[in-house]
Amino acid sequence: MEVVRVPPFERFYEEQREPVLGQLRRMLGRDAADDAFQETFLRALRAYPALEHGRHLRAWALTIARNVALDVLRRSIDTAADVPDLESFDEPLQYEELKRLTADLPQKERAAVFLRYGYDLSYEDIGAALGSSPEAARQAASSGVRRLRRKELR
Amino acid sequence: MTVTPELDSRFRDAAAAEGLLDVAYDLIDTPVGRLLVAVTDHGVCEIEYDANPEAEEERLARLFGVRVLRSPRPTDAARRQLDEYFAGKRREFELRVDLRPTREFAHAVLDELARVPYGQLTTYGALAAKAGRPRAARAVGTVMNRNPVPIVLPCHRVVGSNGALVGYGGGLDRKRALLELEGAISPLA
Repeated sequence: MEVVRVPPFERFYEEQREPVLGQLRRMLGRDAADDAFQETFLRALRAYPALEHGRHLRAWALTIARNVALDVLRRSIDTAADVPDLESFDEPLQYEELKRLTADLPQKERAAVFLRYGYDLSYEDIGAALGSSPEAARQAASSGVRRLRRKELR
Repeated sequence: MTVTPELDSRFRDAAAAEGLLDVAYDLIDTPVGRLLVAVTDHGVCEIEYDANPEAEEERLARLFGVRVLRSPRPTDAARRQLDEYFAGKRREFELRVDLRPTREFAHAVLDELARVPYGQLTTYGALAAKAGRPRAARAVGTVMNRNPVPIVLPCHRVVGSNGALVGYGGGLDRKRALLELEGAISPLA
């Protein structure tokens, strides 16, 4: 297979910075995404000399961004039973509502519901954020949703 | 999803501050045109006239490592000293230069070139003699042509044995402009 050389970092950065910022904003909202943006490219810079070829650089950059975002989400779940600050998000009402609705759920279920329905993460990502398997994440989310339904019916 | 200039320069500063770059470069406007100035941990490694940044990034990556990024902060000292030089307020540069890719004879010639004082002219032959190869005037011409850090290493002060300006990587107009600035030659009427 043809060897694709690793481009100078400036090229990589210019080509990947917008997709990376897009992914971080989808996962974290606007303000947290700015900090995560810098962290993503510093991580990429640290790992860059070890790259053996220049193929799949978009996927590589987005994977680093996703890991940085998951670290941020994990920290926010660890540090508080509360959810991350979502006020800067594009659709604040929906999140405010989700925040209010889920306030009484057990912490893990609340986090799973939030990450699934608020951040639209896959169960694989949610599992990674919560330190459990995708299946356990799915169960936590659906048992949270069941609990919410019961509450609504009452 | 546009990256704002603030976010962009925050990252470029942080990359340099964390010591993660092989080469930092910036484009600097001067009276002889826009210069691409590149620095490593060892000093200024390149000054290029009329640079095509993408081509230079490739070259710098091959010579010094792939972590090449436009990042103004590390080039501040060079920028300031070039500004002073072009304002006539600086006669000597106090900048380290990174000549690691330059080989023996060329390195010896550039070391001698660095000693040619402000406002003075020397010849290719004289420089060859000082570098220990008095008959290598033509080879010295080649070294001058490939000088990685013109202006800071003053190849513009080297002229033919008859006093003709001969050649310059950045073009003869610039050689003349630098020598006029230094008072080494009088402006053309």
